Amino acid sequence: MGNYFNPDIETAPREYLRAIQSARLIRMVRNCYDNVAFYKQKFDDIGLQPGDIKSIDDIVKLPFTMKQDLRDNYPFGLFAVPKEKLVRIHASSGTTGKQTVVGYTQGDVERWSEGSARAIVAAGGTKSDFIHVSYGYGLFTGGLGLHYGAEMLGATVIPVSSGNTARQVQILKDFGSNILCCTPSYAMFIGETLREMGIDPNTLALRAGIFGAEPWSENMRREIEKSLAIKAYDIYGLSEIAGPGVSYECEEQTGLHVCEDFFYPEIIDPETLEPVPDGVYGELVFTCIGKEALPLVRYRTRDISAVTHEPCSCGRTLVKMMKPRGRTDDMLIIRGVNVFPSQVEHVILSLGMEPNYQIVVERVNNLDVMTVNIEMSDSMFSDSVRRIEETERKICNALQSTLGVSASVHLSEPHSLPRSEGKAVRVIDKRKL
Amino acid sequence: MPINQISIFVENKTGRLAHITSILAKRNIDIRALCIADTTDFGVLRLIVSRPEEALKALKSEGLAASSTEVLAIGIPDVPGGFAQAIKVLSDAGIGVEYAYAFITPDKGHAYVIIRVEDNAAAEKVLTEGGVMLIDQAQIFG
Repeated sequence: MGNYFNPDIETAPREYLRAIQSARLIRMVRNCYDNVAFYKQKFDDIGLQPGDIKSIDDIVKLPFTMKQDLRDNYPFGLFAVPKEKLVRIHASSGTTGKQTVVGYTQGDVERWSEGSARAIVAAGGTKSDFIHVSYGYGLFTGGLGLHYGAEMLGATVIPVSSGNTARQVQILKDFGSNILCCTPSYAMFIGETLREMGIDPNTLALRAGIFGAEPWSENMRREIEKSLAIKAYDIYGLSEIAGPGVSYECEEQTGLHVCEDFFYPEIIDPETLEPVPDGVYGELVFTCIGKEALPLVRYRTRDISAVTHEPCSCGRTLVKMMKPRGRTDDMLIIRGVNVFPSQVEHVILSLGMEPNYQIVVERVNNLDVMTVNIEMSDSMFSDSVRRIEETERKICNALQSTLGVSASVHLSEPHSLPRSEGKAVRVIDKRKL
Repeated sequence: MPINQISIFVENKTGRLAHITSILAKRNIDIRALCIADTTDFGVLRLIVSRPEEALKALKSEGLAASSTEVLAIGIPDVPGGFAQAIKVLSDAGIGVEYAYAFITPDKGHAYVIIRVEDNAAAEKVLTEGGVMLIDQAQIFG
């Protein structure tokens, strides 16, 4: 038995949780029908009345929402509240340069912060801890998500944001940070910097780390734990649902407890769209039963996971989802940033080049490195190396500004990139996750 | 009288140069001069060949990125300071040289240098007035 941020919910009897979920789903469906034209249309199309939803069991009657729906209704088309009710906007990169925009009411921010606060407590955090947030602050939900969670707990936030690793280390050392929050690859990098600077991690006050926003393996967890002399916890979230804190690990680390009083999870077969039983992997779907501004109905995350309702030794009764195993689409997560191959194609086409390319992702010194191989064409070629290098730089700059993450460009000879029948192999992910 | 230089994109991979030159060898095309400009990532192979049009067509049909560029060839006395004198003529006229490379010739007492400049006509005029010998395609291949 451990500590809980909100024991009334985190260890609640299942029937009690179900009652909360039913009440919230009924209210949410009514909100969607009355305030979001997109959902009214979708419900009408299948002859569904808000009154048909009487309990959480009826969730299977509801239609799905896709990322494309957010794009089609860019930027605010799916919002269910007027602007005066909004207190925050976040955004994440989309497939064609268009961002996915999300909004929060005061209550939404509080519920999201609570999810993040639960995660910090589950990782052993207390009011007296210094929480070192090295996630990026800004439109990305990482930084502010953990920031607000730590404040809600009453702990002390050190809002370092990402980058400037030498300064990160100095703060860890001089301020005595107790819990580090960042992407797992950045945690690895900080660990490496410690070693280079000759600092013994055991001399730091750091006890735990809360890492998420990109996939990572058990091997990586062990390496981080060793290099920083901490216990490393996984946290999951996505901006469409809220941000980090949708689910989180407890000390048992056999899955992530979902804040299912706010975000109701389902696992479906991505082909048949039918729910699958506990323990079976499928596509993770969330319904934002605790959200007012952007109450997404059965949002298909594209993440592949499974859930289990088996009791956890930590005492929490909240359902656990397994660490996502992969995705049902071709989205890549590079240093915490979502990248779609189609974005790269868009950049290449916009520069008037042939879309013969291949994306190679590797982990070099524990940092994701993306290289875009592009075939040389007559229009790009010159007898002057300087001109070719200028072209290369132009592509690099365009990729950086569209993707929000840097990529190096490698020019290949014409027809040298593999062509496969039908769908070209656009991505080679060499990261061992 | 500029001459045609063939430039080819070469990825830094073992065997590429052998592949490219064999395309020309198969067609009995003679290479008189060559130069490779390289970066860490790729190289540009520049060639002066006996039948440039045919060479370009052959290289392209083999799927290579190649182009033809007009460059100047000059003949300079094979004595110390010979090249310095010729190149000074260009720099005095404010003409920059993008790249240059030299090669041996059957013409005893002279070295030939390929020069790539922005404006061939202007450079040709300055070189002729400066007493520098310009070489044409026929002279290179004797």
